[in-house]
Amino acid sequence: MLTRAAGLFVLVLLGAIIVSLFIGGLPAFRHFGLGFIFETDWDPVQENYGALVPVYGTLITSVIALLVAVPLAFGCAFFLTELAPNWLRAPLGTAIELLAAVPSIIYGMWGFFIIVPLMGNYVQPFLIDNLGDLPGIGFLFQGPAFGTGIFTSAFILAVMILPFIAATMRDVFLTVPPMFKESAYGLGCTTWEVVRSIVLPYTRASVIGGIMLGLGRALGETMAVTFVIGNTNRISTSLFGPGNTIASIVALEFPEAPGGSLKLSSLLALGFLLFVISFIVLAISRMLLGTKGQK
Amino acid sequence: MSTTTTASLPIQKSHKIAESLSKRRARVNLIAKSLCFLATGIAVVLLLAILGTLLYLGGSGIHWSVFTNITKPPGSGGGLLNAIVGSLIQTVLGVLIGTPVGLLVGTFLAEYARTSWLGNVVRFVSDVLLSAPSILIGLFIYQLLVAPFGGFSGVAGVAALAVIVIPIVVRTTEDMLTLIPTALREAAVALGAPKWKAIVLICYRAALNGIATGVLLAIARVAGETAPLLFTSLGNLNWSTALNEPMSSLPVTIYQYAGSPFEDWVQLAWVGALLITFGVLFINILARVVLRQRG
Repeated sequence: MLTRAAGLFVLVLLGAIIVSLFIGGLPAFRHFGLGFIFETDWDPVQENYGALVPVYGTLITSVIALLVAVPLAFGCAFFLTELAPNWLRAPLGTAIELLAAVPSIIYGMWGFFIIVPLMGNYVQPFLIDNLGDLPGIGFLFQGPAFGTGIFTSAFILAVMILPFIAATMRDVFLTVPPMFKESAYGLGCTTWEVVRSIVLPYTRASVIGGIMLGLGRALGETMAVTFVIGNTNRISTSLFGPGNTIASIVALEFPEAPGGSLKLSSLLALGFLLFVISFIVLAISRMLLGTKGQK
Repeated sequence: MSTTTTASLPIQKSHKIAESLSKRRARVNLIAKSLCFLATGIAVVLLLAILGTLLYLGGSGIHWSVFTNITKPPGSGGGLLNAIVGSLIQTVLGVLIGTPVGLLVGTFLAEYARTSWLGNVVRFVSDVLLSAPSILIGLFIYQLLVAPFGGFSGVAGVAALAVIVIPIVVRTTEDMLTLIPTALREAAVALGAPKWKAIVLICYRAALNGIATGVLLAIARVAGETAPLLFTSLGNLNWSTALNEPMSSLPVTIYQYAGSPFEDWVQLAWVGALLITFGVLFINILARVVLRQRG
């Protein structure tokens, strides 16, 4: 049957993506062994490549982005489902969904030309002056204020995934049966107490699933990050230091990697690692969100 | 025992406790509400900031030459004609190839394999593909179509976009088909129609607007994709509509121009960003209108 064949085709497609990335990365995995993952060097002259810096950059930018985006997204979803007057809900919801539809290269450009100068001239010097000398966390806020770097990338990523998470959260908040909420209001609960004790526990799994979906998006984001991360293969303790992510190093180094070279293979191996990381995150998110067809 | 202790307290004191408690709850509620209001405000301001920047910096560069000239060396008044045409060709072909496959898979999931083992696996894999990093799809097509055939080509770009289109169409097709009442199918089968006829003549017709929405969303998504095109159709600064040669596209041209040190190229990049963002937003709004017409 045709439809069955098409269904199987999708399975084959995913399998082919995994296999092709793995085969492409095989020479690098063979040459460097497991050390590939823990090697911090990325040296085209010595032909020595390692994945630790891009993997670290990918994880740290995505996690910081989540820390910024999740509270904001929760606020938006809360506002849209409980607080906003009815006439405002539809247009505001649409506006947030449209923000999610803007292509990522636009976020990259906007970040590069607008946010980077703002960060470099105002935000980062301010933070360095005021937080740089604090014991314990001061090391996070030291160094020169380039404007680009891990912190700015995380900020752009946060702006990018905010509407995704907000839209998902709003949708799951709307699934809470009105009777639950009305009962709580009837007992004299405030709006905040209803959300905290009724809405959140009822939707916990889906909310986490939505957050994971945003995380998956942040992990693999290429264009928005490549513009602003500074593209230096170094792990710096300061949040303002430049760095690299898997996607940004692949996008930048790919044109300089001739076919069949060890460099190309290392880039494909990085792609394979990114696939594994995002597959795990997406699988968890799908499990928590529940597959739609079964509802 | 709490009842007795409360009762044994002097009445004034228990009043005071209740009063301060309710004040505290009201205060927490107010703080939570204000923060949510603030969060929504921030999201809206960000959307307006992005659109405003695009209009301000891109709008000032809009000129007929953008649509009539092809990309030229800096300082010689080039336009974006080849990029616009290349983007149109690749987007249209990618959607034309991806849509039938996605339609079949969606039909398979909704009509044939609802909760079967295979159906669940296909649904899961399609959802993973839906949010898989697009740069990896670019690497996959590079391995499949560029490396073996010795060159970047428009065909490879089309293939990469088609792979991105498939899961989007699958998701909406399945969602829309499951919304069709079973009674419609039963009526068709009772009249002696074979299953395929019931699906094609009854279900597709009833779900037409929903499916069209999915296709529109897919167009909007791939029109702004940059990362997968970097490794497949590469971009081309000359006029070329040949599918077996590198092909220009709007997002890749924006990427190249925005990172260049030439003022007129950066200006053109802003114009391109303006065109693509408003094109994508327009298609998104169109999709919503189409969906609402279902009746």
